[in-house]
Amino acid sequence: MSFEIPDDCRFLNSHEWARREDGTARIGISDFAQDELGDVVFVELPAEGDAVTKGEDFGVIESIKAVSDLYAPVSGTVVAVNDDLVDAPELVNEDPYGDGWMLDVEVDDESELDDLLSPEAYDDQIA
Amino acid sequence: MTERTPPLHAVHEDAGASFTDFGGWEMPVEFESIRTEHRAVRDSAGIFDVSHMGEIAVSGPDAERLLQRLTTNDVTALDPGQAQYAMITDEDGTILDDTVVYDLPADRDADYLFIPNAGHDEQLSDRWVDHRDEWGLDATVENRTDDYAMLALQGPEAEERLLDPVAESQRTAICDLSRFSAITATVGGVDCLIARTGYTGEDGFELIVPTESVETVWREFDCQPCGLGARDTLRIEMGFLLSGQDFDPEDNSRNPYEAGVGFTVKLDTEFVGRDALERVDAEGVAEKLTGFRLVDRGVPRQGYTVQDLDGEAIGTVTSGTMSPTLDQPIGLAYLPVEYRSPGVNVQVVVRGEPKKAQTQALPFLDR
Repeated sequence: MSFEIPDDCRFLNSHEWARREDGTARIGISDFAQDELGDVVFVELPAEGDAVTKGEDFGVIESIKAVSDLYAPVSGTVVAVNDDLVDAPELVNEDPYGDGWMLDVEVDDESELDDLLSPEAYDDQIA
Repeated sequence: MTERTPPLHAVHEDAGASFTDFGGWEMPVEFESIRTEHRAVRDSAGIFDVSHMGEIAVSGPDAERLLQRLTTNDVTALDPGQAQYAMITDEDGTILDDTVVYDLPADRDADYLFIPNAGHDEQLSDRWVDHRDEWGLDATVENRTDDYAMLALQGPEAEERLLDPVAESQRTAICDLSRFSAITATVGGVDCLIARTGYTGEDGFELIVPTESVETVWREFDCQPCGLGARDTLRIEMGFLLSGQDFDPEDNSRNPYEAGVGFTVKLDTEFVGRDALERVDAEGVAEKLTGFRLVDRGVPRQGYTVQDLDGEAIGTVTSGTMSPTLDQPIGLAYLPVEYRSPGVNVQVVVRGEPKKAQTQALPFLDR
């Protein structure tokens, strides 16, 4: 089975992605991760203004079969949260890199993004 | 322990299934998605490979007596072609496993068959042999688990899906089959034992198929393949017990009255555990398996603590899920009997956070 890995995203080993967007980074989980979890039923996210720290958990994702922590790929301040996931957590399954995004974070140190796995390296990891 | 694989393992792999260990068997847990598979069974039909279930054949002049003395239900009430749900208990009345006992139709090569849960076939077949010898009964006990695969075709359209590949002369008999009855019928040219039984709350059939022919039979059915994930969500909605989880002689020792299956206990029969259960029945139980739903967001899972509104622990979740049909988080827990009535407010501790929950009558779904 092959999973979508967009060129403009960078990844953590734990399957979260970050995408650079005008001074902020958008964060979500990978196509591989949503497939492993199966039907997502509940996502618990921080609030706007909260700080997240690279490598530390920022929330929880529950599918019918499993529960998993979410880890921040970058450090910074949450400037937007995808509220659509409250009523439609299945967006994470349907469109993990698009409508299923989770947070926008104002990044403390942009170079943190460069330390993440490249799409090629992440592809190797899940192969 | 070497993992056992169902004969259809490669077929499921080709279909893109993911697998899980279940009772020592590597079984498909998900094909499409749990929700899709679950909906297929509630709305139309789905087919499960449940070859992890055991098959133990018991024959001979004392076969009925042996089964009568090792299961809680009344085997003598069965006519050939009928089946019943029963518990297997120890001297203390603790449930060792739950099972379906078949008084086989006359055209089968054994007198009785019973179906232990995954990984219990050897232990229970030994239990039958040991007691037969101890009681000096004249019966043969054969563990046929490797000889048979088992499929479950479940859902409101199960009957019409089953009729298609069945020999035309046998279709009326299939339609006339009442719940917990079984006949031999030919599916795609293969002789199967077909019973109107299941674990989903829907109409449906379980097919016991010779291992070497199961792929032929499986391919006869053009409907959603379903894994153990959907099997679990379907049975939790019905409040059906899962062996090793909702009861377990080691980790969660329970008697049938606590587990809500007192209807399988026939105290006017003679069986191992009867005297203990007679006392339990007379004295009553302190705890009962109770349904609840989470009012707050979250998903209850096995092992989570249930507490009263003061934060005092009153029980542990044995099964829980997000119900795909109700779109509500639901679960089962053994709670003190005063929490039995529906609508009592309790809390479930989800990852350190107490969440509001309310007891609810079982089953969660009317069927």
